Amino acid sequence: MNNIIKRYIPQILAILFVVLIFGFLTLNAQTNMDNRGIDFGFGFLSQESSFDVQFSLIEYSGSDSYARAFLVGLLNTLLVSFISIIICTILGVIIGVARLSSNYLIKNSAAWYVEFFRNIPLLLQIFFWYYAALRALPMPEKADAWFGVTYMTVKGYYIPAMVWENLNVFLYCGLAAIIAIIVLRNYANKLRDTQGKQIPVLLYSVGLLIVLPLLSFLFGGVSLEFEIPELKKLSKISYIYEGGISLPPELIALVLALSLYTSTFVAECVRAGIEGVSKGQKEAAASVGLTPNQVLKLVIMPQALRIIIPPTTNQYLNLTKNSSLAAAIAYPDLVLVFAGTALMQTGKAIEIVSITMLTYLTISLTIAAVMNWYNKKIEIKEK
Amino acid sequence: MIQTINFLKPNRDNIKNYSIIGACLVLFSLIDVISNAFLKINLTSFLPGSLTSLFPLIIGLIGLNMMRIDYSGNKKLDLLNKNINTNNFNALLTLLILFSIIKAIPQSLSWMILDATISGDSKDACTGTGACWTYIKVWFRRFMYGMYPNEFHWRINTAFILVIALGFVGYFMKENLKKYLALYYVIIYPVIAYLVIYYLISGGSFGLQWVETGAWGGLSLTFIVSFFCLIFCFPLGMIFALGRRSNLPAIKYISICYIEFWRGVPLITVLFMSSVMFPMFLPEDFFMDKLVRVIIAITLFEAAYCAEVIRGGLQSLPRGQYDAAKSLGMGYWKMHIFVILPQALKLVIPGIANTFLALVKDTPLIFVVGLAELAGMLALAKTNPKWLGFAMEGYIFASIVFWIICYAMSKYSYNLEAKYKTER
Repeated sequence: MNNIIKRYIPQILAILFVVLIFGFLTLNAQTNMDNRGIDFGFGFLSQESSFDVQFSLIEYSGSDSYARAFLVGLLNTLLVSFISIIICTILGVIIGVARLSSNYLIKNSAAWYVEFFRNIPLLLQIFFWYYAALRALPMPEKADAWFGVTYMTVKGYYIPAMVWENLNVFLYCGLAAIIAIIVLRNYANKLRDTQGKQIPVLLYSVGLLIVLPLLSFLFGGVSLEFEIPELKKLSKISYIYEGGISLPPELIALVLALSLYTSTFVAECVRAGIEGVSKGQKEAAASVGLTPNQVLKLVIMPQALRIIIPPTTNQYLNLTKNSSLAAAIAYPDLVLVFAGTALMQTGKAIEIVSITMLTYLTISLTIAAVMNWYNKKIEIKEK
Repeated sequence: MIQTINFLKPNRDNIKNYSIIGACLVLFSLIDVISNAFLKINLTSFLPGSLTSLFPLIIGLIGLNMMRIDYSGNKKLDLLNKNINTNNFNALLTLLILFSIIKAIPQSLSWMILDATISGDSKDACTGTGACWTYIKVWFRRFMYGMYPNEFHWRINTAFILVIALGFVGYFMKENLKKYLALYYVIIYPVIAYLVIYYLISGGSFGLQWVETGAWGGLSLTFIVSFFCLIFCFPLGMIFALGRRSNLPAIKYISICYIEFWRGVPLITVLFMSSVMFPMFLPEDFFMDKLVRVIIAITLFEAAYCAEVIRGGLQSLPRGQYDAAKSLGMGYWKMHIFVILPQALKLVIPGIANTFLALVKDTPLIFVVGLAELAGMLALAKTNPKWLGFAMEGYIFASIVFWIICYAMSKYSYNLEAKYKTER
């Protein structure tokens, strides 16, 4: 009896406490909304939004619904996160490896890079790039071409656009190549396990990836043209580039700040991972006659990756969440478009803030779940 | 034949010649780059176009290649080779780093110091091509104290000195009072600190004029916000960490939901929630100051991270500690207060320091809900019509300030980590 009381009383109290808090808050919200004449509901999502978004990946205008505005914001958030994740991974791996270099100068430069970018608040870095560094770029008419066809100006970065014909054929060919590679790998593994034969899988894979899409150009009727941005005079002193894709300065500032900041954390993860593989493993692998390449591919990397990947995914998650700082420099991401402009227009604070939070929560929990599954999979199975 | 090979490759006989020739070549390449960067003299202008810029690199590489002699017998040369010159790729990277440092020095030096202005007290003083530190000088008090009235700045200073001094009381406590240390830091200290900050900075009584929180700002606001969030989020995080490890399902799942919820959303949406959504949830006619709402929001947010850090400490304790405490007949609370928490908390001090570092780096975010701490004051100063066009100086100044604070904190937490690692 005593045990039952000890077990259930605290739980009941805890549940009661949570229910009371939520009840109290709901009650207040109800009265407040009644007083102000606001009604609760998600009907506004299908209403006309009547505001414009400067940069969007999908077709969007003021006559579209709030739900579409939400989608525009979400896609912009995902776009900036995706680009930043790629750049920060490349930078992070280079810096992480450089920190382990035997070269004194390289090692210390990498260490200072990490200390420098890690210890400045991200918001300040975004502001620095957006308000200070990118504002110092030349006007469109004075800009020099980078790589011949791209223009970095104060109004954004102009790059050539690709104009495809029969894009779907090309994509199918790419897909076919990937499937062929998977089949090939399985076959090679089987061959290695049963007959001990080795096939240069990597070489074949690269070949397949190049040849199949190339065939689609020759026989599938696929063609690719580049639309190069050209300078156009708007008025006496105002110029603009037309054609091609223009990346707004907000996007560039955000990508720069996010990827430089996060790359320091990724670099630390990479360093810890490589340091985490004991020297004996390398020596043992070498002593059974593996070549240096095989040592790296079959012994070091699988073990290092096991240490590197979980914390690195965490950093990617942080990056995605940090991309919400875009609102501070008016890049139209989820927070700015939805929790900013849409909230201002509809006044539906509770609905909009909860949708925004739930979206981020879904992204986080999904990635966390995938990560847990992956961790379970790569766990060292001890017998 | 052997003679030719000897000529191309260093051996024991011609080490000296090789190293001297190599050193001369490297030295020449460095001199070329330095004279190019500092004196704007191009020593190799007789060479055609692109070769001029590549010339020092090629010369330097040849020089380093000639100097690379294994076990030369010269200790200094060996040390140099081992550290920066192990192979051609390393030598190339070494030269590139050296050259870029040399090329960057004169530009940044002249912008930041030589051509910079600091005299005068208006924009007109800045006529040079360098930085305008006058801007920082004039706005310095605003950056530190926000819109807080100038004549009352001593109140903020006094309050900070008092709070810091009170924080160090623990070090000087008498031996027989040490057992109350935890009680002091967890309960008494936050209350005293709150009272000090409320009565000194807010004022309103004891003959001090009332200053509303809207006027608070600058770096001092960063400190106030992060200080309160830290002292409040720690006990809250402890509760949720214990809750997550509890074997009562209701408590466990409530804690898990809490922690995962706050860890899954970005701070900026939490701040939006506190500023636009939270007032709707308060009773009518109940007004809560914006700063208080923001502090509550950040505290709830950071408590989740704190809880995870503390949980890590709890998990790393060996099971024997729990079993031993239980076998002595201790209950849940007795076991945790006297056996588990003292050990676990000592383990998580470095982790907590890291959380606090993240918290300090996050505080500039309160700018998005309209509280003017350092980043907010910069945005305000930048748009002041009298001081347009000095965004660069402002952000560099703020970056330096934050960098010093965060770097010192990360070094300190690193030291703590090293200190506590050896003890177990």
